[in-house]
Amino acid sequence: MQLTWKTIAPVPTSQEFLDIVLSRTQRRLPTQIRAGFKISRIRAFYLRKVKFTEQTFSEKLGAILESFPRLADIHPFHSALMNTLYDADHFRIALGQLSTAKHLIEQIARDYVRLIKYAQSLFQCKQLKRAALGRMATITKRLKGSLEYLEQVRQHLGRLPSIDPNTRTLLICGYPNVGKSSFLKSVTRADVDVQPYAFTTKSLYVGHFDYKYLRFQAIDTPGILDHPLEEMNTIEMQSITAIAHLRSAVLYFVDLSEQCGYTIEAQVQLFHSIKPLFANKTVFLVVNKIDAMRPEDLDPARQELLGTITSSGEVEMLKLSCHTEEGVMDVRNQACERLLASRVEQKLKSVMSSAAGKEAADILNRIHVSRPIGEGLQPFIPDAVLNRKRYDKEDPKRRKLERDIEAEEGGAGVYNVNLKKNYLLENPDWKMDKIPEIYDGKNVYDFIDPEIEQKLADLEAEEEQLQESGFYDEPEDIEDEEEAEIRTKADYIREQQALIRNAARSKKSTKNRAVIPRSAGQGRKLSEMEAHLDKLGLDSSKIAARARSISRGRVAARAAKDGDAMDLDGGSGAQKMTPIERAKSRARSINRREDGIIDESSRTKAEKLAKLQQRRMNRMARQGESDRHVSASLPKHLFSGKRGMGKAQRR
Amino acid sequence: MRIYQCHFCSGPIYPGHGIMFVRNDAKEFRFCRSKCHKNFKMKRNPRKLKWTKAFRKAAGKEMVVDTTLTFAARRHVPTRYSRDLVAKTLNAMQRVEEIKARRERVFYKNRMAGNKQREREANRKLVDENQHLLPKEMRTATEAAAEAEAQDSMALDDSEAEVEKEMVKVKIPVKAAKKRRVVPAGDGMDVD
Repeated sequence: MQLTWKTIAPVPTSQEFLDIVLSRTQRRLPTQIRAGFKISRIRAFYLRKVKFTEQTFSEKLGAILESFPRLADIHPFHSALMNTLYDADHFRIALGQLSTAKHLIEQIARDYVRLIKYAQSLFQCKQLKRAALGRMATITKRLKGSLEYLEQVRQHLGRLPSIDPNTRTLLICGYPNVGKSSFLKSVTRADVDVQPYAFTTKSLYVGHFDYKYLRFQAIDTPGILDHPLEEMNTIEMQSITAIAHLRSAVLYFVDLSEQCGYTIEAQVQLFHSIKPLFANKTVFLVVNKIDAMRPEDLDPARQELLGTITSSGEVEMLKLSCHTEEGVMDVRNQACERLLASRVEQKLKSVMSSAAGKEAADILNRIHVSRPIGEGLQPFIPDAVLNRKRYDKEDPKRRKLERDIEAEEGGAGVYNVNLKKNYLLENPDWKMDKIPEIYDGKNVYDFIDPEIEQKLADLEAEEEQLQESGFYDEPEDIEDEEEAEIRTKADYIREQQALIRNAARSKKSTKNRAVIPRSAGQGRKLSEMEAHLDKLGLDSSKIAARARSISRGRVAARAAKDGDAMDLDGGSGAQKMTPIERAKSRARSINRREDGIIDESSRTKAEKLAKLQQRRMNRMARQGESDRHVSASLPKHLFSGKRGMGKAQRR
Repeated sequence: MRIYQCHFCSGPIYPGHGIMFVRNDAKEFRFCRSKCHKNFKMKRNPRKLKWTKAFRKAAGKEMVVDTTLTFAARRHVPTRYSRDLVAKTLNAMQRVEEIKARRERVFYKNRMAGNKQREREANRKLVDENQHLLPKEMRTATEAAAEAEAQDSMALDDSEAEVEKEMVKVKIPVKAAKKRRVVPAGDGMDVD
């Protein structure tokens, strides 16, 4: 629920309102229109003007209506306060007028829109628009009073103290000038005006303070005079509203010294007359200015009069002096204490009466604190410990301590504590044994088992059984002669296959080269073929002879050569060569252009073919065999990156 | 002092060797060498790497179920030292080890049992299929026979070729005869 209304937008006066709306229409809409335009366009232009103005009016008026609180929706205290301050009827009428104006403007717009639809010319349209806006303006002008009133209300509302009707509240009331504001000032941080004349405080003031880590608000009210409710003025009515509507602890201040200018009788009378408002509230009679007059010092008649207030037992009397600060804090604390207690009680009551109350009661009934019966647990101390002789340094028969042993054995740094001596073993002789930890690559301790004997015996039995059942018998497996022969044959085949495979692999190395070099030898040698055939068991003599006859066409030369070879006393090899051979061997190189080509025509044919081959390569810009190629000196993939788990050789 | 087991390869870790990693849940991981440590850090599964004990056991390559394997165990109840018990234990360890070795040998034998037969079959098949790679004198009789047959068929081919030649010679007159017959028919048509 809203407690403050500080953010209401300012309400413009009627003239300002009009200016805002009309200038907005002027600014936001197109202004250029000519008689030569199509009539539909002209109509649309003016229709838009009227509609837009109407929209702006209703928007602005709606915003004002929305921003002000509706008295029915806010807390009764606030609504009553507003009633006293601004007069609820007036407020309602003002808002009502705004609302009516809004409706009227909408009505006008609707009417004129309908008319403009049938207008025949620019002039007609314009006149209709003027009429519409003029009527809207007239209505707005009539709102002058309400708008002014609402602006004032807005300003006043923004300055109202933010009183929370539901929180912990101390309400200070009493006759004027009895010291209400001084109490608020001394108790809270509020900066209240304190003056020595009546009605210094003309409205409600709020101050806050903390008690028991809880935030309290103290409300200072204007003074009340003792006359009927109808005759009270706005200032007094504010106090009455606060007393009537706030759930609070009421501190009724009295001034026994009568410095305020009102008699004790009058003050007591006022208390009794506003008593009906204190129903269901914690009320305190606070006697102020005790530095000037104490209640004990009063004459009996007046004391009795004062007693009429406290006699019912509900009202407690508290004493303080704001001047000397005497009892101020006591009063505050007592009031807060009582207020808290009463609030808790009320809350409990409301919870108990509601549906959830039963559950709460159940939980309360279940909470139980148990306590041990008797004296509780006692420590147990063995007799041996209790009867142990007290250690005494001087006593020659004192117990021997580890420290003494250390001193005997050579002192700190030399003496090594023997932990083994404290071992608890079956046989004390074993204490100093070296216990084997590892045996045969195994942890001895893993095998130590009290039932080892039994387990081993079981194992032996199992072993015997297995032995008997022939588990350990090795099957006889002797190879017969045929198998052995097959195996040798298979081995031979495997070897041959490996040789073939290797040969293929070594040939593979030339695969990626552009052209196989002459030296790599595409063809097989005759000797290889002969050997292979021989190996296969075929006669190779015929085929070899035939091959030789083709490759060595010149029988005569061979015959001559054979003849030379016959004579035994030959000179050097060079002398035996024919002149042609000699020339050939001395020639620098073979002319490759002519090599392997029979005659001129075949060469041209070969050249043509070579060009044809090259053409496609050139067209595709492919790398050819004649292109220069430099391989990378440091191939990236072999020299970059982290080294993994493989060998360095892999690179 | 203790010989620990490598968390990765299950090999023994002798005192002063290997490295230990303690995870933030206080679980200890001991590794016998950097290879195991690295593989662990790479989050590899030891059961999928052939060189680990875990793989060998999972793949049935080693004896897993046996009474001799139940002797070594970390027990929850600590045992007080007793000279007699330790002496007995040392003897038992020796004996258990002996039996274990024996059984492992049998296990290995059983595992390898089928190999010989398989090898023989493979050999036989290889020899059957690759006769041409053998020197002539080593080839089996069937192969030699097959070759002889092949040669016979070659001879047959020759005779057949001759026959065909004759056939061709014979055929030509037939065609000629046909032609001769056809031509008069055409003449006949012309007449009409």
